[in-house]
Amino acid sequence: MSAFRTQTGGRIDRTRKVHFTFDGKTYEGLQGDTLASALLANGVHLLGRSFKYHRPRGILAAGSEEPNALVAVRRDEARYTPNLRATQVEIYDGLQAQSQNRWPSLRWDVGRINDLLSRFFPAGFYYKTFMWPKSAWKSLYEPVIRRAAGIGKSPTLPDPDRYAQRYAHCEVLIVGAGPAGIAAALQAAKTDARVIFCDEQSEMGGSLLSESAVSIDGLSAADWVAQSLVALARNPRVTLLPRTTAFGYFPHNLIGLNERVTEHLAQLPEHCARERLWQVRAGTVLLATGAIERPLVFAGNDRPGVMLAAAARTYLNRYGVRTGSRAVLVTANDAAYQAALDLGAAGVSIAAIVDVRKNPGGELHAAAHRAGIEIFAAGTVLGTRGSLRISGVQIGQVDGSGAVHFKRSIACDLLLMSGGHTPSVHLFSQSRGTLSWNEALESFLPGTPAENQRSIGACRGVYALSAVLEDGAAAIAPQRFTVTATVTSPSGWLGALPRPVDSHGAKAFVDWQHDVTVKDIQLATREGFHSIEHIKRFTTTGMATDQGKTSNLNALAIASDRLQKPIPEIGLTTFRMPFTPTTFGSFAGLSRGDLFDPVRRTPVHPWAAQRGAVFEDVSLWKRARYFPVGDEDMHAAVNRECVAVRSGCGIFDASTLGKIEIVGPDAATFLNRLYVNNWSTLAVGRSRYGILLRDDGFIYDDGVIARTATDRFHVTTTTGGAARVLGMMEDYRQTEWTDLKVWLTSTTEQWSVIAVQGPNSRRVLEGLVTGVDLSAAAMPHMSVARGAIGGVPVLLFRVSFTGELGFEVNVPSTHGQAVWEQIFAAGQAHGITPYGTEAMHVLRAEKGYIIVGQDTDGTVTPDDAGLSWAIGKAKPDFVGKRSLQRPSMQAPERKQLVGLINVGSNVPLNEGAQVVETRAQAVPMTMIGHVTSSYYSAVLGKPIALALIAGGRARMGQRLYIPMPGGELEVQVTAPVFYDLEGARIHA
Amino acid sequence: MLIIDCPYCGKRPEIEFSYGGQAHIARPVQPADYDDEQWTGFLYMRSNERGMRAERWRHVRGCGRFFNALRDTTTDQFHGSYKVGEPRP
Ligand SMILES: [Zn+2]
Repeated sequence: MSAFRTQTGGRIDRTRKVHFTFDGKTYEGLQGDTLASALLANGVHLLGRSFKYHRPRGILAAGSEEPNALVAVRRDEARYTPNLRATQVEIYDGLQAQSQNRWPSLRWDVGRINDLLSRFFPAGFYYKTFMWPKSAWKSLYEPVIRRAAGIGKSPTLPDPDRYAQRYAHCEVLIVGAGPAGIAAALQAAKTDARVIFCDEQSEMGGSLLSESAVSIDGLSAADWVAQSLVALARNPRVTLLPRTTAFGYFPHNLIGLNERVTEHLAQLPEHCARERLWQVRAGTVLLATGAIERPLVFAGNDRPGVMLAAAARTYLNRYGVRTGSRAVLVTANDAAYQAALDLGAAGVSIAAIVDVRKNPGGELHAAAHRAGIEIFAAGTVLGTRGSLRISGVQIGQVDGSGAVHFKRSIACDLLLMSGGHTPSVHLFSQSRGTLSWNEALESFLPGTPAENQRSIGACRGVYALSAVLEDGAAAIAPQRFTVTATVTSPSGWLGALPRPVDSHGAKAFVDWQHDVTVKDIQLATREGFHSIEHIKRFTTTGMATDQGKTSNLNALAIASDRLQKPIPEIGLTTFRMPFTPTTFGSFAGLSRGDLFDPVRRTPVHPWAAQRGAVFEDVSLWKRARYFPVGDEDMHAAVNRECVAVRSGCGIFDASTLGKIEIVGPDAATFLNRLYVNNWSTLAVGRSRYGILLRDDGFIYDDGVIARTATDRFHVTTTTGGAARVLGMMEDYRQTEWTDLKVWLTSTTEQWSVIAVQGPNSRRVLEGLVTGVDLSAAAMPHMSVARGAIGGVPVLLFRVSFTGELGFEVNVPSTHGQAVWEQIFAAGQAHGITPYGTEAMHVLRAEKGYIIVGQDTDGTVTPDDAGLSWAIGKAKPDFVGKRSLQRPSMQAPERKQLVGLINVGSNVPLNEGAQVVETRAQAVPMTMIGHVTSSYYSAVLGKPIALALIAGGRARMGQRLYIPMPGGELEVQVTAPVFYDLEGARIHA
Repeated sequence: MLIIDCPYCGKRPEIEFSYGGQAHIARPVQPADYDDEQWTGFLYMRSNERGMRAERWRHVRGCGRFFNALRDTTTDQFHGSYKVGEPRP
């Protein structure tokens, strides 16, 4: 048996020994231990080094509020979780825990030097120290900060675990299974409500699990909890969720719960998710989140062995662990005396009780007196001794005039402290309820809630056990309880304990996790920060992973004292989710890898995949980028595909184009109001290139629109724009032009689109298409006809995005691959070549056809893009027309689309590269535009580029420069068309 | 995640909706009659109420309809929703 384990008592299973390691050394604990209780049972108090000063740190608390004892738990290389609170880690056989923030070892840590140099690291040092010189940022400051910032290390491999997510609905959600929560749950279970009842600990029962001397309705605390939980578990409408943290409170009573399913198990069951994220929509939320004991702030209050009084009581009564041999208690309230009495009864020598109140009294005070414990009233702590563990404490006393005198040094290995309780209002505050300051309790309590919710028990400042039980029950229906418990009056201390005016040196910590001291907060107020939100950011107090659970109120009180303003005027910082750190895995759930996003594949995809196509992602679509033959790289394949289209025939899968069918007597009017073009003059069986603006005048989308009947248009959009264009159309149809009789239907996935492009394309299709005369006279450029291929009806477009003679065969998607294969087979005689999006890009750029979103960026007008010709000038209005008339939209210095060709080099420009007017400019250069598209053109044998350049059209022939990492490139401005300038080929 | 009351379908989770900005800003029937300042106001100027706000929503992953709703921006609670063309209650 470990030296500090009691002989009897506690809730651990003394028959089941558990072996685990901490920093490589093997220890023995018991089933039911946390890592903290098991280490304490072995006399281990040193668990980590602090964040900034690398001071030795131990265990402060026994629950989720623990700021110090952060450890990493490792199962294997991939399952490594840093920054876990040792107070919440349940041990299992084989658990490997490691301390953090130390090098080379926990006992001997080089970073400790920071503590000695601490006067060079005052609050706000990030902001001040690293401002100048600018050049030092990259080489010096950033690497240093990056190494020092953050606590713990990330695992090096992807997370192999599975995470489940589920939605749940209930009438009553109860958060926190202490006495208030259990009393409420018992009452709710009597109704026909569905109840979800969660608690962050492994066992439900909250503070009652640490109680030794109370009874409820004639039962011991432990028996009452057990009986209540059995009753609740038997109720089919009640869901009990231990090991489940309510981490976030979202609008309309949606609560995020994180259930840890396998974390406490030695063997991970195959079928189990590691964690489960619950999104619970609750009718009523009952917050029974309890209160957190507040530390006292005095010099040297961070040494291992300095612990919250209630935590020591929990370690003793719940885990059977004595946290020391000789203890001193410093307290500002009665309740903490119970810790001294319990520890004393368990054989710990209680050297003294230092009570900061002038006239302590009450039942427990009397009991301590009877037990012969020396009590110092009006006491204070002046300092502590010890290196890796506390070895003594210097006690002072405040005299009648308020002066502080040294009283005595007392040797001890455990210093218990209690500054009173802070109600846990995190979730209430997250739900946007307003907090109100209670002067008598010196606490922020839940005020007006913003949701259908109620706070019950200690989290709203109700502390006496009988009152807590009745408060919990009353949330559903009133109920009386017969309770025997010691009556204590709540009191506490806020801010720093009294100390002599001339005291310097030793640090008094307010925020353990971020190493924020009293002096840091005082410095912040001297520097002019008067709001707690500013003080918080300057000192980083409360900004660590514990969100200041133990520190916020003390920090506020110290600021309040310095600024001579009451606490409510300084304000409380906003609580944010998560209540305790929550894994990314639980948020991601199954949305990882292939399931991260839906994947859209065209009907031709299997053919392309079989053909060895290399795919790229375009919005959610997989598009064939190029079709390598043999050992071709992309460059070689694209060159070959481009030449094939220009010299023979290419086949391209354009199925991802967005398609919208617009039907109704007002279809043409609708399009007239929306697109810049004139649609009234478009004959049935003809198509036109349409441009859609937003009302601010900038290009939003483009595409070919065909009139297939008087009242019917087939609209195509960009691949990525399909959904938002339909959304925009619906917006105007439903909210602005409700008088129009028109109906919109997305047909993107109904049609497969097979582009057949090149001088041989007519020959390829002639033998296949029935019912259509494909001759240039009968089917000129931009005409549309219905026919069939192999009996499958097709909508045939004569259209070209390559500048060549070309067709686009629209075929019902179920026949997409079959028709593709027929065309491909028929094309063999004409050298038909499949080409991908990369060749498509090159071919269209050779012709200066823009791609919306690549050559435009949301600030480009039709005129900027050289597309003024498309605008229906006679139309009284269309979306965006009024904006085009604003003076700034017609300024000659606007960026305009031009072509660029290299001068004296053959290096394709970088897309996105900036363009400047003169050579060798000093930095910062004057940028006049940027490259939007750039490719090597195999047909032309040189690179080509499109660019948006200020006043570009007035610069034809001008030489400009592109600063690139490898040196400046010279270019010449041309019209944005490089091939077949007169445009004859498209009409072949 | 908010619960939003579609006037056509009833209460549904926010994930089914898309937000459409401030409500009751009608596009001018004759934009040409607007001077530059008025047009700029129509395009860009929006209020940012603290409190009750009429705003547009679309039940895009449901019935597809646009509608208006009153939401208190300080609490995120809705105080009714109504169809396009109906006056603000
Ligand atoms: Zn709906």
